[in-house]
Amino acid sequence: MKEEIILRIENVTKDFPGIRALSDVSFKVKKGVIHGLCGENGAGKSTLVKILAGVYPNHTYQGKIYFNNKELKLTSSSIEEAIKEGIATVYQEPVLVPHMTAGENIFLGREPVNNKRIINWNKLFSDTKEILAKYKLNVPLFAKLSTLSVGQQQMVEIAKALAQEVKLLILDEPTSALTESEVNSLIEILKNLKESGVTCIYISHRLEEFFRVTDNITVLRDGQVVDTVKTMDVTEEKIIAMMVGREMKKRFPAKKSNPGEKLLEVKNLSVSVYRKRIIKNVSFDLKKGEILGIAGLMGSGRTELVTALFGEYGNQITGEVFLEGKPIKIKSAEDAIKFGISLVPEDRKEMGLILIQEVFKNISLPNLKKFSSALNIDKYKELQECKKYVDYLSIKTPSLFTITESLSGGNQQKVVIAKWLMSNPKVLIMDDPTRGIDVGTKYEIYGLIQKLAESGVGIIMISSELEEILGMSDRIMVMHEGECTGSLDRKDATQERIMILATNITNTKRDNRNNE
Amino acid sequence: MKQLNSIQKFKEINIDFRAYTLIFALIIIWLFFGFLTGGVFLSTRNFSNLLRQMTIISFLAIGMTPVIITGNIDLSVGSMTGFISVIAAYLQAIILPELLPVLFPVLSVESLGILSTVVTVIICLLIGLLIGLGQGYIIAYGGVPAFIVTLGGQFVLKGGILGVTQGKTIIPIEDSLRLMAQGYLSKYPGIIIAIIAIVIIFLVILQSRTKKKQYNLNTRSLGVDLLVASIFSALVLVFTFMMNSYKGIQIPVLIMVIIAVLITYLMNNTRFGRYIYAVGGNKEATKLSGINVQSVVLKTYALMGLLCGVSGIILTGYVAAGTTSGGTNYELSAIGGCVMGGTSLMGGIGTVFGALMGTLIMTSMENGMSVMNMSVFWQYIVKGLILVLAVYVDVASRKNKSL
Repeated sequence: MKEEIILRIENVTKDFPGIRALSDVSFKVKKGVIHGLCGENGAGKSTLVKILAGVYPNHTYQGKIYFNNKELKLTSSSIEEAIKEGIATVYQEPVLVPHMTAGENIFLGREPVNNKRIINWNKLFSDTKEILAKYKLNVPLFAKLSTLSVGQQQMVEIAKALAQEVKLLILDEPTSALTESEVNSLIEILKNLKESGVTCIYISHRLEEFFRVTDNITVLRDGQVVDTVKTMDVTEEKIIAMMVGREMKKRFPAKKSNPGEKLLEVKNLSVSVYRKRIIKNVSFDLKKGEILGIAGLMGSGRTELVTALFGEYGNQITGEVFLEGKPIKIKSAEDAIKFGISLVPEDRKEMGLILIQEVFKNISLPNLKKFSSALNIDKYKELQECKKYVDYLSIKTPSLFTITESLSGGNQQKVVIAKWLMSNPKVLIMDDPTRGIDVGTKYEIYGLIQKLAESGVGIIMISSELEEILGMSDRIMVMHEGECTGSLDRKDATQERIMILATNITNTKRDNRNNE
Repeated sequence: MKQLNSIQKFKEINIDFRAYTLIFALIIIWLFFGFLTGGVFLSTRNFSNLLRQMTIISFLAIGMTPVIITGNIDLSVGSMTGFISVIAAYLQAIILPELLPVLFPVLSVESLGILSTVVTVIICLLIGLLIGLGQGYIIAYGGVPAFIVTLGGQFVLKGGILGVTQGKTIIPIEDSLRLMAQGYLSKYPGIIIAIIAIVIIFLVILQSRTKKKQYNLNTRSLGVDLLVASIFSALVLVFTFMMNSYKGIQIPVLIMVIIAVLITYLMNNTRFGRYIYAVGGNKEATKLSGINVQSVVLKTYALMGLLCGVSGIILTGYVAAGTTSGGTNYELSAIGGCVMGGTSLMGGIGTVFGALMGTLIMTSMENGMSVMNMSVFWQYIVKGLILVLAVYVDVASRKNKSL
């Protein structure tokens, strides 16, 4: 029973114009286990998931896939067909209807009806309750999805899949938008699922999660399977080495910090939106060449704080901001850029890039004034400048004219960084710059941040990963519910101390209520 | 550098591919109608008419392109064209004939006529600009959806048309204004303009060569560049001689070409153009890149208004009167032309060239069916179906590519 194979992938090859995304991929997934799938961005994980989910139907790839000892042949590119076969996929961003409740979402399109074909709401809600209870999913029954956290929405997504009695659940980077505590509860849920016999394929960029939850791991590199191993036989270092094809001893670059004079000073900054104060009296300063980390859970106001500095809230902010000793007023992104403040935003797809445009147009967008007069853009100079940054950041793109959407996540993020480097910022704000990015590219970005700091740029870096904050920052500011709850020096900071400040332990009761 | 260039070439081919599809479709349609009408459709006379027919809509389609690319729409352009057209007629027939002789008693009747046209053109362009700015301001800064603002604008301007005309047709129109819409360049001026166009073509291509060299980008061989320039020049010459064999190049067609070239330049070679595509591609990212999105949207409507002004003036000159029905449904033809030419209603994608080709295809269908004496009701049905079919083919081909 234990050795039963639920999914067998044999010699799958998938080509895109000009690129071989998967090359002769074969591996097996045992029934009732949690099987990890890891690899750098562009290694082929997403392509493989899309094949299993039916996004790329049977005729678009070569090779065979056996599911439950039957060849899997998905013909249309609709996910319903895959679900009917018993395979469901949960993506990092939940795809649900925001103004419906959990139950309505779970049974969307399959609502239980009475004999007059009218929806039987009582049955719908009691079924929902049963499913949520069975898998220990902590989701309020009657709350609209839009009022739930990303983590809870993900649970609804999982419940939706389970309600359709899937045999194989694919989780594609489910944790990249979650806070540490949400990650913990997700891992508990996965363990429960395993006990009730559901097989999972688990994809993540956070390696430590593999060791907490998976039984086996398949590592992909450049579209090929490097190896499939038992999780208990390997170490994190070993997996990284397999992913990047070389040993990676250091996760963070050597720290040479030498903060200079004061660059940016923020005094009593508050932001009110619809009479609600989302940032409350935050004060801090930043020196030249310093990396200031901002830690905090999602919803702690860390993103709001930096976007306020970037002019997002216009006139709704109070308090003072000084740049190099002079008071400045920032009412729009235009102002911020003029003063030499740049922001690498949280969500590169929604806020950082114009995905349908070419790489060079994205890089030059905020910098066009550098090579244009009122009536003309010097395109050749533009291309030359963009090329410099593509080379400097070693962005892997076929050309400057490649549509940005077709790049891998890490390279897209590098394009966003290139765009802001070209503007020569004095202060560079990076909101979760390594979210959803592979280990190799992460290391490159860390190196770059360090290099920028050494050249005198003041850097504010937000991160969801405590390890990253600890590894990179000279100083760490912790936020909780719009307030700054503390500031730690590099030498005093530990994960525990940050978490205490981030959850503001004195308010434990209130937090517990919020989490429910 | 080497890699960069190989891709650059690929990209040029890629862009042309899209344009070629449109040209190919156009040629098929022309041959089709040429065959059905026993060659009448392809005569230089009909060809000349066809081009003139498309001009009024083409100004609107050119202006609509940036508006649609930023993800907006303008439903008021037909009414605005009609409104400006009756204003032009009102100025020429009622106000200026009384006003100008008093202000400039020394001028001859003929010069007064020309002056009247100049004043009319300036006032009409200003009115178009102002209406465009007004609507654009409400859309960009007031945050009211473009669909609603311009739908409202359509009603208001229709009211305006009735108010100005009092339901009557306004005549007469000065000869000089009629010349702008109906006139032909005589043979030699036509040839001179063709030669100027050819010189410009060669200069542009050669200049881009020197630029590329300056920045160390590898250039195509001189022969290829010269060949390309020669092909374009030959097209200009063929067109000129074709037109000259009938009555000459039409003045409104010339105006259309000049405006199309200017706006194409604006879209491709200026910051404003780049911002238009950026806003349509991702508004939020554009805003966070320090670009004033509202001002970009406002400017696209100002430009649209200005081009409605041009369209209105040419309409008055062409009809030689101000009529209550002028401009009716033009907005739909303009939007149809843009969409058929590959402009995406989702925003971010589209070209002026495409909009012109789309308009030309639609006009060719209309003209061809008229030449065939097809009943008007069939004309509408066929036009509607072709529009939907064209966009379906486009959508389907994109879907295939993404797989």
